[in-house]
Amino acid sequence: MIVSMRVYFEIFRISISERLTYRADFLFSTFVRFLPLVTQIFLWSAVYQVGTSHQTASLNNYSYPDMVAYYLLTMVARAFSSMPGLASGIASDVRDGSIKKFMTQPVDLIGFLLWYRIAHKLVYYIFAFLPYAIVFYLCRQYFTQEITWLMGLSFFLSLIMAFLIGFLIECLLGLASFWFLEISSLIFIYMMLNYFLSGHMIPLDWLPDRLEWAISFLPFKYTAYTPCAILLGKYDSAGIARELLIELGWVIGLTIACRLIYTRGARRYTAFGG
Amino acid sequence: MSVVVVKNLHRTFRVSKQQDGFWPMVRGLVQRDYKNIHAVRDISFNVEKGEMVGFLGPNGAGKTTSLKLLSGLLTPTSGHATVLGYVPWKRENAYRRRFSLLMGQKNQLWWDLPALESFRLHKEIYRIETTRYQKRLDELTELLQVRPQLSQAVRELSLGQRMRMELIAALLHDPEVLFLDEPTIGLDVISQNNVQQFLKYYQQHQQITVLLTSHYMKDVEALCKRVIIIDDGLIKHDGLLTDVLGQLSTQKIVSLKFSHAVSTQSLSRYGEVLEQTPLTVKLRLNKSEIPSLLSEILSDFPLEDVSVQERPIEEMFAELFARPALQEASA
Repeated sequence: MIVSMRVYFEIFRISISERLTYRADFLFSTFVRFLPLVTQIFLWSAVYQVGTSHQTASLNNYSYPDMVAYYLLTMVARAFSSMPGLASGIASDVRDGSIKKFMTQPVDLIGFLLWYRIAHKLVYYIFAFLPYAIVFYLCRQYFTQEITWLMGLSFFLSLIMAFLIGFLIECLLGLASFWFLEISSLIFIYMMLNYFLSGHMIPLDWLPDRLEWAISFLPFKYTAYTPCAILLGKYDSAGIARELLIELGWVIGLTIACRLIYTRGARRYTAFGG
Repeated sequence: MSVVVVKNLHRTFRVSKQQDGFWPMVRGLVQRDYKNIHAVRDISFNVEKGEMVGFLGPNGAGKTTSLKLLSGLLTPTSGHATVLGYVPWKRENAYRRRFSLLMGQKNQLWWDLPALESFRLHKEIYRIETTRYQKRLDELTELLQVRPQLSQAVRELSLGQRMRMELIAALLHDPEVLFLDEPTIGLDVISQNNVQQFLKYYQQHQQITVLLTSHYMKDVEALCKRVIIIDDGLIKHDGLLTDVLGQLSTQKIVSLKFSHAVSTQSLSRYGEVLEQTPLTVKLRLNKSEIPSLLSEILSDFPLEDVSVQERPIEEMFAELFARPALQEASA
């Protein structure tokens, strides 16, 4: 166990060094991610007709400040659960044969990818902390809900699990390349569905009851909607506990699925053509 | 006890047939045809500790598939193999810590970081003790003369330097078995030579078991006493390189130098004229006829100098693999 942790720490350390190699590009991409924020705030102000004589007080129990707060929080949740390049990276490793090192060296692919990703995320949070802090400070008037310690802690826990769920789903998509080799359309479909099913596009409680009920059986809502809903006070204490437990269940289930698929995929791997 | 034991190993790949033309391609969307490719068929051989064995064969002969099976990357369709007593495709970590697979075309170092960073990761992955790691790293960087490049990003290294770094990464954990797949591919003559010299020295001193595939006959000639010739998935010969060369070398190259210009046209009756100038000619002659032909030439032409050479090894093997039905040689 301690020996494995030393390996993972080393992977973590070296991944941070790698991430810091292209600092300028990284800083630029971090900055660019904040741009949609401005358009979203304008979009929702237009929807609510803010500042006009027809201003809408509430849409589906969300006031305009609630909506901006929701959108800002989904940004935070997505910063944890989105995994740019993870599935496509696994697929390209399978296709070009780089995956071989994980089959011939005593290192676990999923453990490696997890710590590599943790390192990348950590560097991102360090770089993005200041811009996030500025945005949240400027938008502080939109957060009207009182936040309790329980809500804060639950929000944090749900974010950690959102990271794991996002990681595991993308891992599974990537591992599908052991069967299909080309998975870019699969990734595209996932991104489209996830944008909607996670609640990134609109809050899930805006949807018709039956659709919302169906979506509650999928893991996607835990990658954006649930953490935000917890902090916006949409759940009572029992509701928070239930959601966190289901989220944990998804983490465990997806971990098992990932392990099984990887074992099967690696056995099926043909390493054909050099 | 043999380090590598291979018994009736067989690996078949099922690949879809790509259809030519529009309609066959449309039909292929609903109904796909598959064909089986027998990459290795029923191969058997043993390798003893400290041996360095070269796999020779044309592209697609089954050389790399054999190495992939022995390093556990592939599961065989049938047959059995053990390396150091382990079944490779069980992929046990205990086995993985005792061998190394180095593929000339694949990079295992972190591209944007100095090689030293990758070595530190290998230290942890292979659980190399700190003092041992430092000693091994010093030895290997000294031998391969790459100490100044250790802290330079891998992407900034030349191909030759990168290959030497790859070798260090592969050898840091002191593997007992080393699988080398085209280790000198793409390298210039000097770098090729450096890698060959290193491998020869290292193998002799450490007595590790090495299985090597290479397109460069020079690699095999310089490094391996024993060769396994594989073609179309079958072992065609397993034995000493000198024996194979003996069997193949039925002709030699004879270079003649004359004291004054002669009509070299008449020389073609002795054998194939390969090169000619007014004063020199190069002939390919049957080995058994060389003494009698030379005495004839000596009496008919003003000969000043003669030299007899073996044909280039590449040429002999190219001929061997070009033959449609290679005779089964007894191992």
